[in-house]
Order: sequence, then structure tokens, then C-alpha cells
Amino acid sequence: MSTASVLAQPRKRSLLRRLPIVAQLNQSVGVQRFMLLTGVIITSVYVLVAIFADVIAPYSYSALSGADGRNFGSQQPPGAAHLWGTTVGGLDVFSRTIYGARTALIVVVVAVVLSMVIGVLLGLLSGYFGGPLDRVLVVICDAIYAFPSLLLAIVISIMISGGQSTFWSGILSAAFSITVVYVPQYFRVVRAEVVRVKAEAFVESAKVIGARHSRILFRHVLRNSIRTLPLIITLNATEAFETLAGLGFLGFGIAPSAAGEWGYDLQKALADVTSGIWWTALFPGLAIVFLALGISLMGESLNDLADPRLRRRQADAGESAVPAETVVEAQS
Amino acid sequence: MSNVVDIENLSVRFATDAGAVTAVDGVSLSVGEREILAIVGESGSGKSVTSKTILGLLPETATVRGAVVLRGRGRDAGVDIVTLGKKELREVRGRDVAMVFQEPSSVLNPVYPIWWQIAEGLRAHGKVSRAEARRRAVEVLERVGIPEPEKRIDHYPHEFSGGQKQRIVIAMALVLNPGLIVADEPTTALDVTVQAEILDLLRWCRDEFGSSIILITHNMGVVADLADRVAVMYRGRIVEEADVAALFSAPQHPYTRDLLAAVPRVGGGHSATALSREATDASAEVPREPVVAARGLEVTYPGRLGRSGFRAVRGVDFEIGAGEVLGLVGESGSGKTTIGRAIAGLTKVTGGSLRVLGHEMRGIRERAFRPVRSDLGFVFQDPGTSFNPLLTIGEAIAEPMVVHGRAASPDDARGRVEELLEAVQLPRDYADRFPHELSGGQRQRVSLARALALEPTLVVFDEPTSALDVSVQARVLELIRELQQRFGFAGLFISHDLAVVDLLATRIAVMYRGKLVETGPNSQVLGAPRDPYTQRLLASLPVPDPAEQAARREALHALAHADGA
Repeated sequence: MSTASVLAQPRKRSLLRRLPIVAQLNQSVGVQRFMLLTGVIITSVYVLVAIFADVIAPYSYSALSGADGRNFGSQQPPGAAHLWGTTVGGLDVFSRTIYGARTALIVVVVAVVLSMVIGVLLGLLSGYFGGPLDRVLVVICDAIYAFPSLLLAIVISIMISGGQSTFWSGILSAAFSITVVYVPQYFRVVRAEVVRVKAEAFVESAKVIGARHSRILFRHVLRNSIRTLPLIITLNATEAFETLAGLGFLGFGIAPSAAGEWGYDLQKALADVTSGIWWTALFPGLAIVFLALGISLMGESLNDLADPRLRRRQADAGESAVPAETVVEAQS
Repeated sequence: MSNVVDIENLSVRFATDAGAVTAVDGVSLSVGEREILAIVGESGSGKSVTSKTILGLLPETATVRGAVVLRGRGRDAGVDIVTLGKKELREVRGRDVAMVFQEPSSVLNPVYPIWWQIAEGLRAHGKVSRAEARRRAVEVLERVGIPEPEKRIDHYPHEFSGGQKQRIVIAMALVLNPGLIVADEPTTALDVTVQAEILDLLRWCRDEFGSSIILITHNMGVVADLADRVAVMYRGRIVEEADVAALFSAPQHPYTRDLLAAVPRVGGGHSATALSREATDASAEVPREPVVAARGLEVTYPGRLGRSGFRAVRGVDFEIGAGEVLGLVGESGSGKTTIGRAIAGLTKVTGGSLRVLGHEMRGIRERAFRPVRSDLGFVFQDPGTSFNPLLTIGEAIAEPMVVHGRAASPDDARGRVEELLEAVQLPRDYADRFPHELSGGQRQRVSLARALALEPTLVVFDEPTSALDVSVQARVLELIRELQQRFGFAGLFISHDLAVVDLLATRIAVMYRGKLVETGPNSQVLGAPRDPYTQRLLASLPVPDPAEQAARREALHALAHADGA
């Protein structure tokens, strides 16, 4: 007994240290820590760039001329006036790439929030109540799994705006299509956790107390069922902005007058590549690659860390069953 | 005569997130030939780690100091396990020392037939043909008492009962005829009646195969039944080591004395005082409606499509009067927990009638029963999982009050929460702690506080102490008894342990395979049981006294013999 209480104290971590990502950072070592740290830094840079785009970018995403009223000119090489040169349409590549981060991140946030709220809620209800509702939802989700997300995005984009996208309709079509594709992922994970959690004694004890379903669901089940979400969120985020870029590349994206968008720029740069104009394709391309890299590194290392993390949880849970024993037993 | 194993000044430390932890601290032990040494102690005392060191089963995080010298059969020179490499260790395991684990169901691999698993040990120590392996599997299974071994070696683990699985695990340990068997809580997961058989089998292993046995257990009754010598461990050290008779008759160390005193004994509870109680009960009987009344109660769990359901409870009649505690005893699968759950509305009643607090539970709607729940408390078996890990102790105790509108928020109920914590003898500031910061016994006290928060008239205790250490169990039981006298609630006390039930209940009901085989006051059920199953159950219960246990063992054998004839 006493062994357990001695050990229990240092195990307690402050709230900050238990936050997702922060907790993993503290836990990780070596290569995993490097991967996670790199991912976090890259992603944070993008977030900062997106927020302060107005300050960083010298021109607007749609500007064809500077303050002096002179046109930039088409396909200017990188130089003092245009850090990364200009596009075939006479737009400043640097400014558009910077503003592109803002568009991408808005899509990511909208898509993640939408799919998370819907997926978690459905998973919660489906897992907790079970029955016919559960079966129908599971079948629908399986069907959606089989559907290519880009095709879905094109269809939705046409439905929303007739294919001609303004800023919000472009963003929403990408975000909605990602939502539809990702709801099943959240649904599955949360549902599985809920099915496990609802069999635990503390949920039964809430039932015995006489708590209503809503109270059991949100006070007892929900918070105990969402520990794997950070990982899916990172996957979801990558997919979200890549779909936006894909839509832009296929011509269903956002018009250049509405926002900076990497996919559109890449498509316009297609012809340039063969004629030796490298700067129009390189920078938006790199922007996509690095954001994907940053978020994926974060997701990958979270995934890698998930196992030790799970083991740690099990040790905790085991300790609760027979307190001191596991301190010894869990190691052996 | 040389010892089979000599442990000298063994220390084991584990590197954990919270720094190094010493699990075993300077332990010296030895086991002679054909000797059964029991290592007893509470969870965390280091008894399992000590035994695992003998097999070299410690994880990489462990640092071992000291020496564990093992001598195989027919070898005079011993090997020091601590210094052995992986390859040498593999050779020693199985040949010189074998292990019997606690949970037979998780030791056997479910996808292989059992002969394959027995043969695995043979193959690890030399080339054995398939036919030869099967022949030896049959041989060893026959010796551990598996009927029709020729047929059964092709069966899979799930086709055997728990007791048979443990026999197979013992067979796996015996197949290479090792000099030493380490049995880590070999009967903890088994029912009392099966436990008696497995203990017989282990004794027979020693007598027949000449194996020495190290028995790790927390059950003093098992120790009294099987051991020759006992080592008592406490916080990684051996506090007392003595001959079994000497230890039980004259324990030296205060910890050993406490441990022995904490063991509940049949006849130590209400059965001793029941006669006077019965007399007063009879005169004071008022025609009040009982708190719980079951008439032909049936609970059937629905089967899969096209299969009939499982009848867990088959036509049970009983009553619990106001302020009375009924003990419900039976082995696993007897339906005792199902009855408790049915009373709390967690399991549907499918037949007969069950009236709880004036409400018919058969076909009742949750909406109608919800207000009644404030009159009903429930204490769960596992204190580890019965608390939401994200709520503080205070919030968990306040939950029933908030749910039933007696308090607006956990803060509002704070005063009452602190009162309750004091009632269960915990400090007030525990309200701010989280469940994982408390020990099992403390958590079970909190569980009691939560169950009593609304001063219910009925409390269901579902094996409230089976996950606790003996000494902790004694204190929790005492607390339950005190609270029962103070608050006067009626109770249903479910347990597999007759001695524990005797402490709390005034009447005992014995369940066997979904049926109630015997009901009556403690003194009658425990003193003069009429049903053969109750008799067997009582006789199987090992008592912490070697001399008396030996006599009881003979009596049980006589009983079994009479059954067989």
C-alpha cells in the first residue's frame, strides 16, 4: 500500500504537461523527439505566417502592380523588387505563397472542427446506445471509406458554386468534402472507445446512481473516449489542405482574385517549367511539401509514441486494480 | 542434502519514470529437495519479483544484485542465474525450474491444441519427434488427472474448465521433470472447490515427482494447507521465516501477527453469535414489506441468433428485510452477481418476480425506477475501474447528490462530501485528489462514501473486498459493519468467501449453478449445512491452521469419496 502512495505522487503531472503534444514531447526521446519537435516547429511557422500574412507579404495576393502604379510584369525572375519573382499572370510569387498559408490553414481548421464535432458526436451516440442506429451508421461509414475524396470534393465544389469558386465557396467545398471523408474515421475511433468505456464500472456506477443518459455521455464517457484524437487530427489536417490544393490544380479551386492558393499557382506554372522558369512552381510546391511534412512528422511521431503511451496507461489502470502490485508487476 | 536453490542477498531495483524503485531488498532464501516453501506477503511486497528472478524473467529495466544459485537434478554444481546469458537461461528454464502462473486462461495460447503447447517445452530442449511428443503429452496429462488424455490432447484451451486448464499448465511445468516448480498464486483465479483439487495436485507433484515447490500466495489458508516452510515478505524484505507449524502457532514478527489476525475465519462472525440474535429477531418481527423480495426470479442472458440464451438465475426465492444483511455466496458463474445487478436495475429480469423497494423490477422502465435509485447504493468489486479517472474524489462522491437534485454542484455538496469522507475514515482533503492517487483500500472506502451519500435504505455490495489485500480487507469489512450499524441500511452482500460473508451477514444464501441451494441464519448454514454443495464448499475452504487444515483435508477427501461412491 505504502509503496503505491509513495509512487503515486511523482506520477502526477501538471495539466500543461498532460496536454496532447506537450505530453508527448516530454515523453519522447532521441529520434522520435527530433521528429516531433521538427513537425511542431514547421507547423508553428506556418501558423505564424498565416496570421501575420498582411505584415510579411509585400503585396496583396491579387496585386498586379505596386504602390507606384507600375505593373510587375510577367514571369520576372527573382530579384530585389520581387523576392521570388512573378507569375505568368504578373502576380508576386512570394506574396501569393505567404497568403496561401492562410487559405490552407483556414481549410484545415474548418475541416477539422466540422469533422471532429460530427464524427465524435455520432460515434458517441452510436457506441453508447448501439442497436439499429449503430448498425446503420457503421454501414454508411464503411461505404464512405470506399469513396475517393478528391472526386467527392469536385462534386461538392460544383454543388456549392457551380465550379467557379470564390474565397469561401472554395474553402467550404474543400472543407466539406474532407469532413464527409473524415467523419467515419472519428466515428470509428470514438465508437470503439465508447464501447470499451461504457462497459467500465464507473459508467455502471453512474447508472446505479440514477444519472440520465446525457449526463453519463458527456460527463463520464466522452472525456474518457477521446485520447486517440490528436493523431487523427493531424492526418485529417494534411488531407484537408492537400485536397484544397488538388481542387485548385484541377481548376475547381479559388480564383486568384479571391485568395492566394498554392494549387492554382502550381497549375498556372505547369507551362513555365519546360521553359526554364523555375520560380513559379518551386515556391508554392515547396510550401505544400513542407506543410505536409510538418504535419505528417507530427502525426507520425504521435503515432510512434502512442504505443509507449498506451503501455503507460495500462500500467496506471492496472495499478488501480491492485495498487502496489503493478508497480512491481507491470515492469516484470 | 544440497538445496535446490539458494538465494543470497538478492536485491532488485526497477528504473521507472518516477526514479528507481527497490522491489526486493536483501533477500536470502533457500529451498531444499522435496520441500514446499511458501512466500507470503501483500501486493507490492516483492514476492513475485523474487520468484521471477529465479527464472530470469525480469525485464530490462531491472537491476539485480546478489546471487541465485540453482542446482538441477543430479547436478552438484549450481549455476548463478543472475550472471547467466540469454542462451544459458533458456536451457535452465523448463529443465531445472518451471513456472505455474496465476491465470491459466491467459497462459495457454488459444490457437494451438494443448499437446502442441506441452510439446513446445520438449522441443526447446532437444529434438523430439511428433509421435514422441504426443506420447509424452498424453503421459503427463494422464498423471495430472485429465480424463481421456488420448482424445483431449487435440483439444484447444477453451474446451477445458478453469481447473483443468491449471492442471494442463502444471503438466507443462512437469513434462521436463524440473527440480523446482515456482507457482505464482496458482489458485487465486480459481473457485474454492477447484482450489482444493489443485492444491492436492501440487502436493502430489512433490510426493510423486520429488519436485521442490516455491509457492507464492497471499492466502494464509493455502499456505497452511500446502507449505512446509513459510517466508513472510514485507516491503521487499523477509521479516520472518519459519516452519509452517511454528509460524501459525507462534508468529514472531508483529507484521506476521497482524497478517494472521486479519484473515477472516468461518465462525468468527455472526454465526458464533447468531443464536441470541435469532431469538430477538423472531420476537421483533413486524409484518413490514421486505426491502427486496424475489419469487421464482429468473434472469436469462440473450443468446446469439438461433441459440437459446444462458439462464444465469433459475427460479430463485429470497427476501431481504429492512435493516437486514443477506450474504449471497457461490462460485464464479453461479449467478450471484447477476442477482445483485438485477436488484440495481443493471440487468433485466426475464421471469418470476423481483420487488425492490416496492417496485416490480420485471419490465420496469428506467424512467420509473430513476427516483427510487436515491434509495439504493451499490459498491462495485473493482475499486480501480468504478471511478471516473477524470473526476476528483469529491466530485465522484457529490455525483449522486447532484444527479438527484440535492445539491446544485459538487462545490455546493462539499460539506456533505467531507462529512462522508470522515464517516469512512479518510481525511477531508482527499476530496481534491484523483482516484489514481489512492490505494485500492482507500478507493473502496470512497466507493462506500458514494454509495451512502443519499442515505439509502438498501446497499448492494458486489464482492467489495475481493480485489484487496487481507489486512486491508479486514479494515474495510470492519468499516462496512460499523456503517451498517450506524445507518441501519439493508444490504445484499455478494462474495465467494464464506468467512467474509459470515462477518457481515446475518443470513446466508448459497447459490449453485443459478439456483439457491440453501438459505438460513449463519449458524445453520455454516454450522450444520444440509445441502451437499454447501458442505463441499465449507470443507474446501482452507483454514489458516496447518493441523486443523490437515484434518479438514481428510474430511474433504472422505466427502468426495462418498460423492463418488
